[in-house]
Amino acid sequence: MNDNRTCFRRGMKDGIPIATGYFAVAFTLGIAARNAGFSAIQAMVASLTNNASAGEYAAFALIAAGAGYLEVAVMTLVANARYLLMSCALSQKLHPSTPLRHRLLIGYDVTDEIFGISMARPGYLNPWYTYGAIAVAIPGWSLGTLMGVIMGNILPLRAVSALSVGLYGMFLAIIIPPARKSRIIAGLVAVSFAASYAANRLSLLSGISSGMKTILLTVVLSLAAAILFPVKEEPHES
Amino acid sequence: MSHNIWLYILVMAAVTYLVRVAPLVLIRKEISNKTIRSFLYYVPYVTLAVMTFPAITEATQTPLSGLLALAAGIILAWVGVSLFGVAVVSCLVVLIAEFFLV
Repeated sequence: MNDNRTCFRRGMKDGIPIATGYFAVAFTLGIAARNAGFSAIQAMVASLTNNASAGEYAAFALIAAGAGYLEVAVMTLVANARYLLMSCALSQKLHPSTPLRHRLLIGYDVTDEIFGISMARPGYLNPWYTYGAIAVAIPGWSLGTLMGVIMGNILPLRAVSALSVGLYGMFLAIIIPPARKSRIIAGLVAVSFAASYAANRLSLLSGISSGMKTILLTVVLSLAAAILFPVKEEPHES
Repeated sequence: MSHNIWLYILVMAAVTYLVRVAPLVLIRKEISNKTIRSFLYYVPYVTLAVMTFPAITEATQTPLSGLLALAAGIILAWVGVSLFGVAVVSCLVVLIAEFFLV
């Protein structure tokens, strides 16, 4: 019990930069929601039940254009397909005996950021850590969307610009320390940066959404790394 | 024909939840295949790296301020600054840089 509480607190602490970053991103998302005809409450509920930036953006844009339910469903699926990969990886981070209710709850909020910090935990994941982060991050996300609808462009651009980088700073804090310890991961991160940059530049891939690009590069590069440098044994202590 | 916003929200939420929860519920055991295990081990690093760059240079008002935040973030994370610390300093770097750049 006490251990769960410690994990929850730790998750809340790590969730703070996620929440502030979310707030800024969700703020701009709220503006998109308003353009799609959402009220402030509807936009907040959409964010509360989705918590997926690219997926929500894509859906709002389609709804604004008058698309049907099926089109919105397919677009949401494509834009969020990377979460399928993340959940696969996360499934191995859970102790095999983790009960169904925890799996159902964690599945509510596998985002880029929550996934990132959950995977960065040593050993098996204590679900309470993830819940702590979610408890802090979700209000940032849904309230940011709400405020975006209500306040539109009131937040100065300078502040939005600065806040939006917080998420990337967090990503770096997750991938760089292991890269320092392992040359393979360091190389993989460098190759990923380069490949991502190249994919953005290539006109061949210009029609592909950023979500799709993330999926393709993740599958290709992770598979290449897995074949070239198979992992000996993952430390799974706890 | 006009659509109901609440139904849109329901569709979005249902699809998103299924995508996220399916692997967690369906993959209950540890995967023993070495290549798949290695693949899943590398997934977070590649995904987060791909999403960080060059996106960080596009999130800011000028690419240079994003680039500076990237450099600062890498250095701070390398020397072991905490998650929160790296995130905050990255924001500050952009705020200060754009004070001069924009």
